[in-house]
Amino acid sequence: MTTALDAVPRIRRGVKCTFDQIREAHVVLFPEGVLVLNETAASVVALCDGVRSVGDIALALAESYDGVEPSDIAELVARLVERRVVDVDG
Amino acid sequence: MAEAPFGLLAELTHRCPLQCGYCSNPLELVRRDAELSTENWRRVFDQARALGCLQIHLSGGEPLLRPDLPELVAHANSLGCYVNLVTSGVGLSRDRLRTLASLGVDHVQLSLQDATRAGNDRIAGIKAFDRKVEAAAHVLDEGLPLTVNTVLHRQNLDNIAGIIAMAERMGAERLELANTQYYGWALRNRAVLLPTREQLAAADPVVAAAQERLRGRMEIVYVIADYHEAHPKPCMYGWGARQLTVAPNGDVLPCPAATVITSLEIENVLSSSLHDIWHDSPSFNAYRGFEWMSDPCRSCPRKEVDFGGCRCQAFQLTGDAAATDPVCSLSPDRSTVDLILETEMTPAEEPAMAMRKMR
Repeated sequence: MTTALDAVPRIRRGVKCTFDQIREAHVVLFPEGVLVLNETAASVVALCDGVRSVGDIALALAESYDGVEPSDIAELVARLVERRVVDVDG
Repeated sequence: MAEAPFGLLAELTHRCPLQCGYCSNPLELVRRDAELSTENWRRVFDQARALGCLQIHLSGGEPLLRPDLPELVAHANSLGCYVNLVTSGVGLSRDRLRTLASLGVDHVQLSLQDATRAGNDRIAGIKAFDRKVEAAAHVLDEGLPLTVNTVLHRQNLDNIAGIIAMAERMGAERLELANTQYYGWALRNRAVLLPTREQLAAADPVVAAAQERLRGRMEIVYVIADYHEAHPKPCMYGWGARQLTVAPNGDVLPCPAATVITSLEIENVLSSSLHDIWHDSPSFNAYRGFEWMSDPCRSCPRKEVDFGGCRCQAFQLTGDAAATDPVCSLSPDRSTVDLILETEMTPAEEPAMAMRKMR
């Protein structure tokens, strides 16, 4: 499962992103539960702003990380959609 | 050391305007004068957050009956927790909700007893339906996400399509259709509540079709009727694994029903910290992991999936909380469940529901 590169992801209403000092990790809080994010996922979630497309997010991350593949970002976004953390338009 | 819990179920009070005969609260309801003070609840939230809890479910009974609810919401929110209000909707006026939303409620879970006014109010024991519909509208107006929760049983399973339609009309993003789990009040009323095989078989395709039709708009979570299944539910995803419950009087429970296990020594927040109770207490360590299991669970690959099922159910039906959940087809006690199904699914005379009340 994947997402189109021109799809625009945004954090769903009612979903909260925060940093958990106890686990020393970024977390996503939503009605069904908690997702503990690794560094990559946290960077992606932070860019799901309803403006940038999946392709834009990949470009933005490529500035700070080596070897960012747009297809990996698309897959990660698809997983976040499945977990009802983000919605996609377009 | 055990992994940190993600959630705290805070049963702020057992008082409730509704009298549902399947209430998950214990038969021995905590009285108002034994409820924790505001200060103690704040301390519980502090300790829960320090322990690792990121979600606080404000539940009951009816949490709106606590006059300090706004203060408790604000406190939970200030700790960075996700604040979930679990309510009957009775007493959730527009103003009240607006205040609670501004103080940090992130999500509202609203109970719905049945698809129609008559059905809903018969099960609830009071006229609550119209107020639930109003409460749902307020939640939507406030821009908060709404989950509707319906407990399923013999008296409402035939109306499942109507229940789904009602949740859609209420604007729910999620609908939890949970078949009754038999503890406390539900155990007492089991002969009124146990669904027939025909009802469950008829409900399955209705739910599946609705899940497909509503994909992306309303998520439908369906919780199985475990007496009718061949394998037990993964109760709490393991004992003392993800969540803890604090009862209105400060008792700390591995699951909301755990008081039914009379052999369990329950700790209280007034005498120990949540940290010590979660990590070191005999009650939380009793059925953690896999070491406590005997066969058929111990050598079963499914133990990683269902954790041996439910300890409370094992205790209630076999007298041994460490036994395999007797709903499991591999349990030597499965015949107990089959006998219950045979005698209680279609009783010769329909028994009356014992409505939930404080004694």
